[in-house]
Amino acid sequence: MEEQEHAPPRYILIFVILAVLTAAEVGYAFLDLPKVVLAVGLIIMAVWKAVMVAMYYMHLRYEPARLWILAISPIPLAFILVLAVITEF
Amino acid sequence: MSDAAVATMDRKPMPGMMVYNKKLGMWVFLLSEVMFFTSLIGSYVILRFAHPDHWTDPGIVLNVPLTAGNTFLLICSSVTMVKAFAAIQQGDQKGLQRWLLATILIGATFVGVQVVEYIALVGEGFVPMLDSYHAVGRGNPHEGPSLGGPLYGATFYAMTGFHGVHVTIGVLCLIYVYVRALQGAYTAQSLEGVEVIGLYWHFVDLVWILLFTIVYLI
Repeated sequence: MEEQEHAPPRYILIFVILAVLTAAEVGYAFLDLPKVVLAVGLIIMAVWKAVMVAMYYMHLRYEPARLWILAISPIPLAFILVLAVITEF
Repeated sequence: MSDAAVATMDRKPMPGMMVYNKKLGMWVFLLSEVMFFTSLIGSYVILRFAHPDHWTDPGIVLNVPLTAGNTFLLICSSVTMVKAFAAIQQGDQKGLQRWLLATILIGATFVGVQVVEYIALVGEGFVPMLDSYHAVGRGNPHEGPSLGGPLYGATFYAMTGFHGVHVTIGVLCLIYVYVRALQGAYTAQSLEGVEVIGLYWHFVDLVWILLFTIVYLI
């Protein structure tokens, strides 16, 4: 059940990681690198940050598996949506 | 039906889902929001590939340092929100009120900075209209040829504007929760309202993390 006991996440540590990643992103964005390399690096950092927020601040890590399935269900739908529009273009 | 009975019903897990109804409802709503923002981000990416002449490098037109600071603020507000939830889990009413107030103030500041950014950008000719678009780069208005085009402005204001509306709604909901917290409506055994608004607030933060990278840095 959702009431299972678990050690509270280290919220401040996660905040520090998010802040450092944000600073790293801004610095990285202005490096003189090929656009594709910049984009891939930036997207990896952004997704990393987003996953941390979902896992620890939204407590998804501590939720039952069924909520996990529900939470990730729009991801394939989102890909289908974008792919469908791209193919129409 | 008594308030206690209603509260018990709210906490009762939906059969098969193992989480209480309010939380499940918020998650389902957030999943619809994922699709909403996917449509915006997807449109942005497709338009950018289709019309690269309407875009320019980050930092030339948009104020990246200002928005990086604003991003930091929103991350701070996620910490204060989760600290509010942690406080009421411990039954700490004062802690809940203090952290909620901090979240409200930081969230309102985020919206305020966004408004200031919009005013400056419009003043520099960064608008979504073809006829009046004349952005030439920050701090250098009305000189040289325009950089980018109105599609840049249109997608920028659509994405950041809808996000700003979400933050504003979040701040209003937080004010409601804060007033209820002042009235002692939440306890360690009855904290659903705080958890549910917290989920919404963190989602808004999560979306901004992605938008900031896509709109301002790439």
